[in-house]
Amino acid sequence: MNFKHKFVFLFPGLFVLIGILIFPIIFTIRLSLSGWNSYTPEMNFIGITNYIRLFTDDPRFWESFFRLSFLSVTTVILQYVIGFALAMMVWREIKFKRFFRVIFLVPMMTTPVIMTVIWRTFFHESLGPVNDLLGGLGVKPILWLSDPVIAKFTVIIVEVWQWTPFMFLLLLAGLLSLPKEPFLAAAIDGASPFRKFVYVTFPLMAPISIGAIIIRLIEASKIMDTVFVLTSGGPGTATETSSFYIYIKGLREFQMGYAATLSFTYLVIMIISLTIIAKVLTKLMIKE
Amino acid sequence: MKTIKTCVTALISALLVFSPVAYADKWSDQFPHIKATGDIPGECSYESMSKKNYKGKTLKINTHAVPVMGEPTALHAEQFAKLTGAKVDVTHTPAGDLYAKAMVPFQAGQAPYDIVFGFSNFINDWRRYLEPVPKKYVEMKQMKDVTPSHIGVASWDGVMYQFPVDGDRHYLKYRKDVIDNPKYQKQYKEATGKELKVPTTWKEYGEMAAYFNGWDWDGDGEKEYGSAEVMKKDDLMYAAFYSRSAAYSKNPKTPGGFFFDLETMKPLINNPGFVEALTDWVAATKYVPPGGINFGLGDEIGSFGGGQTLFSFSWDDAFVAAMQPDSPINNKVGAAQLPGATKVWNRKTNSWDEGFNQAPFFVWGWAVGVAKKSKEKEMAFDYLCFFANEANHQADIGIGRFGVNPFRNDDFKVDVWTQIGWDKDIAQSYVDTLAQMEQSKNRVFPLRVPGTFEFNAALATAAAKALAGQLSPQAALDEAAKQWEDILNRVGKDNVRKAYAVGVAMEDNKQ
Repeated sequence: MNFKHKFVFLFPGLFVLIGILIFPIIFTIRLSLSGWNSYTPEMNFIGITNYIRLFTDDPRFWESFFRLSFLSVTTVILQYVIGFALAMMVWREIKFKRFFRVIFLVPMMTTPVIMTVIWRTFFHESLGPVNDLLGGLGVKPILWLSDPVIAKFTVIIVEVWQWTPFMFLLLLAGLLSLPKEPFLAAAIDGASPFRKFVYVTFPLMAPISIGAIIIRLIEASKIMDTVFVLTSGGPGTATETSSFYIYIKGLREFQMGYAATLSFTYLVIMIISLTIIAKVLTKLMIKE
Repeated sequence: MKTIKTCVTALISALLVFSPVAYADKWSDQFPHIKATGDIPGECSYESMSKKNYKGKTLKINTHAVPVMGEPTALHAEQFAKLTGAKVDVTHTPAGDLYAKAMVPFQAGQAPYDIVFGFSNFINDWRRYLEPVPKKYVEMKQMKDVTPSHIGVASWDGVMYQFPVDGDRHYLKYRKDVIDNPKYQKQYKEATGKELKVPTTWKEYGEMAAYFNGWDWDGDGEKEYGSAEVMKKDDLMYAAFYSRSAAYSKNPKTPGGFFFDLETMKPLINNPGFVEALTDWVAATKYVPPGGINFGLGDEIGSFGGGQTLFSFSWDDAFVAAMQPDSPINNKVGAAQLPGATKVWNRKTNSWDEGFNQAPFFVWGWAVGVAKKSKEKEMAFDYLCFFANEANHQADIGIGRFGVNPFRNDDFKVDVWTQIGWDKDIAQSYVDTLAQMEQSKNRVFPLRVPGTFEFNAALATAAAKALAGQLSPQAALDEAAKQWEDILNRVGKDNVRKAYAVGVAMEDNKQ
C-alpha cells in the first residue's frame, strides 16, 4: 500500500481539526498580542504588554480565579457525593426505580439560564418564597444574594442542583456495568454493606469516578450562566469567576486584546491544573 | 353669488380646522395606541408614512429587551410595517450587550442591523460607524421642539448622530402620601426633632429613609423600606453613584471638569466629594429593601413603583410607572430635584465650600442611530422619525415600562400629564422638576469619551466593593482612580481630553 494514501484519508479530519480547534487558538494568541479595543479596532502588535498587565497589575483576575477554584472544587465534591448516593439508591432494587431515575435527571435537562432565573426568584430576599418560608418558621431573612459569603453558597446550591444529575448518570452507568463476582464473594465472606462499599464498590468505581470528576471539573470551571443571572458577580466582586471576568473585559468593556490574553492564560492554567488533578486523583483512588 | 362664496369659504375653513381631527379618527381606529390624541399632522405622522411605499424591503433593528424601549420599538415597527408595507425585523438584546452587539459588526465592517439602539454615551465610540441624521430630519418641526440639552446629548461637535427618541435625567421620587401626611410629620418631629419634608440634601434623605425603614407605614400589611436604588454592579449603578456625587463634587466655582480636571486630566473621582457620596451610599445599604444591594434598574422601578419604598432616584420610569392607573400608588407620589448638599468640594482650594449646592445629572438616555453601512438608510430614518412623531411620543411617555421620557418642550406642559389622569399638583411638580433641571447652570452630563465603558465599569466595580463591605469608600475610589489613570494611559490622555472637553463645555454652559 502506498504510504501517501494514508494522508489523503487523514486530510479531511485534519482540516476540520485545524479549522475548529487550532485556528481559534492561534487566532486567540495573536489577538492577545494586540491592543484591540473600542477605540483601536485593529489587530495591531503590542508584544507582551497585555501579559505584563495581567501578571503585574490585575489582581481581580487572580481573585476571580481562586474564587472559581473554590466554587468548582466545592460544587464537584458535593455533586460527586450526592450523585453517588442517589446512584447507589436506584442501583438497588427499590420501588419506582425507573421513576426515580427519570426524576433525578430532570434538573440537568432544564435550561440553565431559565432555571437560574427561577432560583433567583426563590432566593429574592424581599419577594422570594424561601425567606417567606423561613419567616414562617421564625427564622430571620437570609441575605442569599447580598451577603458576600452567603452568595457564594447560593451559587453552589444552584450549581449542585443543576449538575448533580450528570454525576448521577455517569456513576449509575458505572455501577450497572460492575461485575457481580466481587459482590458475591464479599457476601459469602459476610461483609457488611459499609465494608462492601469501602472495599468493593468504591475501588471498582474509581476509574469512572475520576472520569466523572474531571469532566465535571472542566465544566464547572467554565461556570458563567449561573453567576451571570444569579448575582452578576456581586455583591461587589464576591462571586465573580474567571469566565465571567473575561466576559466583562471582552464583551462589556470591549477590551478584545486583553480578554484574549486572559482566555489564553486561563486555558494554559486549566490544562496544567486539570492534568495535575487527574494524576493526584488516580494516585489517591486507584490502588495497584 | 356672495352667499355661495361665503358658504364655500366656510366649508373650506371647516375642513381645514377639523382635518387633523379627521385624521385622528381615521388612524386611531386602526392604531389604538394613539387613541388619546389621534394622528398629529407632521412630516412623520401616520398620514405621511402611509404615503411611503417600502414594500419588498426589510428593515433590521437591534433594540433593548422588552419592555423598556424594546416594547415601543416593536410596537412602532409593527405600525410602520402596516403603513409602509416594509418588513421590519426587530431583535431584542439585554442592556449590557447592546454595545458589543453593534460594535462587533461595526468593527468588522458589516451592518447586520440598519438601526441600532443603545445609550447616548456610546456616541463617541459609535459615531464613526453611524450615519449623521440628514438635514431634512434635523430641520423638521418635531425636531425643533427637542430641548437644547437633548440635542446636545444626541450630537457630537454639532453633528447629530443619534435620533432623539428619549430624554433622561435622574431626579428624586418620593411618597407624597407619607411626606405630606400631618400624622407622620408630627411623629417624625417627635422622634428626630426634625421636619418631615421633601429632602433637599442627601443627609436629610438618609435620615428620613432610615426612619421609614422596615415597618408598615402605608397600612397594607407589608413592611415598607426607605429607598430603592440601582446598586447592582454592571446594571447602570455607576449612574446612580454619579447622581449621589454631583451635589458634593460639582462645584460651580471650579469649572473645567467633574470626572477629570480637564487641564491635567487627573481623575477626580477619589476626591473628598466623591468619597462623601460613597460613604452616604454605603449607609444607604441599611435602608434599602432586603436584597436591595442587588437591585438593577428593573428592580428599582418595580420596588418604588410597587409601593415598597419611600424614596427612589433614577430615571423617569419608576415615577411614570407609579402614576399609571393600575399602580397601587397612583397619584401618591411626588417628584423633586435630586437632593443637594450643605457643602461642596473645591478642588482648587482643596477644601470644602460651605453652603447649599445642587447639581442635576443628565444621565444620557436611550439613543438610536442608523448604521453608515446600511443599505436602507432612508427607510431607517423614516422609521425613527415615525417612532418619535408627536402622536407616538405623547402616547409613549405615559407608559412607564416603555422607558420613553420627556425631551421636548411640549412635554413640560402640565396638560400633557393631566390628560392621562395625573393630579394637577403632581403633574406640576413633575414638569417643574424637569424644567428646573433644564434651566440649571450647574449640570453634570455623562462621560462620553473613548473608553467610556472601561471608566464606568472600573468605577462601578469599586463602588460595588464598597457597598458589599469589601473595601472602605476611600480605598475603593482610590482603586478606581488608579484604574482610570491606567485607562487614560492606554487610550491616550489627549484623546480623552479632546472628547471630554465637549461635555465640559456643556457643563460649563459654553454650548
